[in-house]
Amino acid sequence: MGYKAKFRVWRGEGGDGKLEDFTVEVNEGEVVLDVIHRLQATQAPDLAVRWNCKAGKCGSCSMEINGKPRLGCMTRMSTFEESETITVTPMRTFPVIKDLVCDVSFNYQKAREIPSFTPPADVRPGEYRMQQIDVERSQEFRKCIECFMCNNVCHVIRDHEENKTNFAGPRFLMRIAELDMHPYDVADRKDAAQEEHGLGYCNITKCCTEVCPEHIKITDNALIPMKERVVDRKYDPLVWLGNKIFRR
Amino acid sequence: MERHEYDVVVIGAGGAGLRAAIEARQQGKRTAIVCKSLFGKAHTVMAEGGAAAAMGNVNPDDNWMVHFRDTMRGGKFLNNWRMAELHAKEAPDRVWELEAWGALFDRTRDGKISQRNFGGHEYPRLAHVGDRTGLELIRTLQQRVVALQQEDYELHGDYEAYIKVFAECTVTRLLKDGDAISGAFGYWRETGKFILFDTPTVVLATGGIGKSYVVTSNSWEYTGDGHALALLAGANLINMEFIQFHPTGMVWPPSVRGILVTESVRGDGGVLRNSLGERFMFNYVPDVFKDKYATTEEEGDRWYTDQANNRRPPELLPRDEVARAINAEVKAGRGSPQGGVFLDVSSRLPATEIIKRLPSMHHQFKELADVDITKEPMQVGPTCHYIMGGVEVDADTGAASVPGLFAAGEVSGGMHGSNRLGGNSLSDLLVFGRRAGAGAAAYVDGLARRPVVSGVEEAMAEALAPLERASGENPYEVHHELQRTMNELVGIIRKSGEISEALDVVEKLKERAKNTASTGGKIYNPGWHLAIDLRNMLLVSECVAKAALLREESRGGHTRDDYPVMSADWRRKLLVCSAPADGSEVTVVEQEQPGMRADLLTLFDRGELAKYLTGEELAEYDAALAAQKRES
Repeated sequence: MGYKAKFRVWRGEGGDGKLEDFTVEVNEGEVVLDVIHRLQATQAPDLAVRWNCKAGKCGSCSMEINGKPRLGCMTRMSTFEESETITVTPMRTFPVIKDLVCDVSFNYQKAREIPSFTPPADVRPGEYRMQQIDVERSQEFRKCIECFMCNNVCHVIRDHEENKTNFAGPRFLMRIAELDMHPYDVADRKDAAQEEHGLGYCNITKCCTEVCPEHIKITDNALIPMKERVVDRKYDPLVWLGNKIFRR
Repeated sequence: MERHEYDVVVIGAGGAGLRAAIEARQQGKRTAIVCKSLFGKAHTVMAEGGAAAAMGNVNPDDNWMVHFRDTMRGGKFLNNWRMAELHAKEAPDRVWELEAWGALFDRTRDGKISQRNFGGHEYPRLAHVGDRTGLELIRTLQQRVVALQQEDYELHGDYEAYIKVFAECTVTRLLKDGDAISGAFGYWRETGKFILFDTPTVVLATGGIGKSYVVTSNSWEYTGDGHALALLAGANLINMEFIQFHPTGMVWPPSVRGILVTESVRGDGGVLRNSLGERFMFNYVPDVFKDKYATTEEEGDRWYTDQANNRRPPELLPRDEVARAINAEVKAGRGSPQGGVFLDVSSRLPATEIIKRLPSMHHQFKELADVDITKEPMQVGPTCHYIMGGVEVDADTGAASVPGLFAAGEVSGGMHGSNRLGGNSLSDLLVFGRRAGAGAAAYVDGLARRPVVSGVEEAMAEALAPLERASGENPYEVHHELQRTMNELVGIIRKSGEISEALDVVEKLKERAKNTASTGGKIYNPGWHLAIDLRNMLLVSECVAKAALLREESRGGHTRDDYPVMSADWRRKLLVCSAPADGSEVTVVEQEQPGMRADLLTLFDRGELAKYLTGEELAEYDAALAAQKRES
């Protein structure tokens, strides 16, 4: 059953580092994260990697495997040829702290910049009544495990550090859509989505949807509808006229 | 060294920790949340089934008294009854509050929060979101923390003015001023730099101890940190012998062995079968539950649609019963090819319904085991899931015996007695998280002066030791040996000789752990972090084994092969663990459990109580009932 696999793993701290070669045992049914753990236990005790649940539920072990953003815990070794060299690197869009661990604080800053759920003042806890069909739209986005691979893969910031200030990334644009579609949310985030969080930067290449381990249709169900809602507002001649009149 | 002053420091950012922090901040206290992982990754995200709360949305007959009775039965009457009472009464408010913070639970037809069936719960009671309820809970609380930070930003121009998250930061020692808590010492995982919290209160919300076992549903964080920190600070742990082995963990492939398969599979109609195709659970209904469970498959199946006229199928017995039954079937040679039993939902529900109700199970089996659960059965077996034991606390405030120390959630003990019902954990986190946060806030208000930090030098030396040794034991090897030992010798079925053997091994491992050497530097070094965590895992393992050796009966999450019967005398006794500040040896003493308040006691039938209580206690029951009759 078992065989020896060839692994190339990014090792280094801060800006410096290089790919290091390892030969390591692989057993039946194992995933890439198992192999990384075996490296820690037997060859590289200080190899840094984030993980928690090992079941695709927490979104901690995001990494790039042969150049593709993946969860280490959900990438089975059986998807590779035994002779293949497997290259494991940290997510590229975020600064590397050490080895496979990145500084993902960008995401936590962006989360804070989006105005929170705002229910009507007169509904008390226990009085909420919503239909299943109405909650399902936002529920899809709440499946997000915050692995941040969508933000990692998005070309708006992957190769453009300068865009990070003005762009919340798919994860948090989706959060805006989630709140916008929440049956009880009364805040309006449409203008902010465009002006402050960079919805306009997204040119719907769907890279985020492709890497989402939860199979959330980020582009089709969150970003495009959100763009439509913004456009309805911005380019509706009546709204435009109303704005002109009331500003006077 | 970095130093911070707070009113309340919460260790752990799962459901209990976040709810405690929210409460302390809402009461105007400067609050820190310290957690080993990133914010939002705590073990609570793995909870699948739901949060038990007697809202009565699906069956209007449900109320707190029914929930209270179910909880006490599930725990085999060893529970701290005051905690079980508070939990049953307050759980609905805690769930509704989440909705006001943005949570989106699945709905009933009339738009209320839907509730699902679960083992040991008389009525459908678990508020849920598919099978990812824990994620919804943690995200809602995380987003509530952010909302509070946004309020503070508006008022003070600083998001972190009143509540700050210290993520990837591990606390290694609690500091004291005399008898009372005065601070917490730890290190940043990212840089290895030390950090000191100057605080009169610490709320422990660190979860459990599963990483002392090989086959576990728990993540790397579950190294018993809070249990050990409390013990070393002079607090007591109770009920440490009671460990819940969840009946359904994955058994194949080997690398995912132990990963949880939610009880919702059974709650929604899934059945357990052995290699002969028999629904074997019908053979394992214990006497205490005989009149509450179906005796035929037909009756059990009818129950899903008509609960008033039928009894529950035995697949929905409390977890301890189901885990032992699976263990027995496998031992008798009637297991599945990979050493578990079959859990089948494919023949019970249409594929679309399975995918809708159990999406993450469908995904997990497909991705990790090549099994399509809509077409074929799963193979499952017991996995170390939850520890009922923990810090001995005051039910109302979460206060431990050490002034300034509080605990909530899995790290606290008492609420669940000898066995926790599924769904009672998420509600426990919310109810007692809030209470511990409020307890800490009230304690701060009552302080005459801020306590002074001491013991920093010693804490620093202890943390640095593994890095300073040029050569020594590999911490990963010590850890693996501990896991194997606990799994094999203090697992689901226990015997005096084996437990003693485990204690000998733990003693030797304690010596080896003192001599671990971690190569590499201070920056994000998992080998060093593990060497530090070993102290905690060994301490809690010693507690578990010593208490397990003393309790000469079988009850809930403690099954003794050599004492297979439940004893009414033992029910009144709690085993209390304590240790000196150097953690050199755990002492266990017996302590009498206070008798249940009369109005709670009389919620039960005499016939049921007779299965659990001593003659003396039954006389108290009779007197209480007579007194009630006189009054009315």
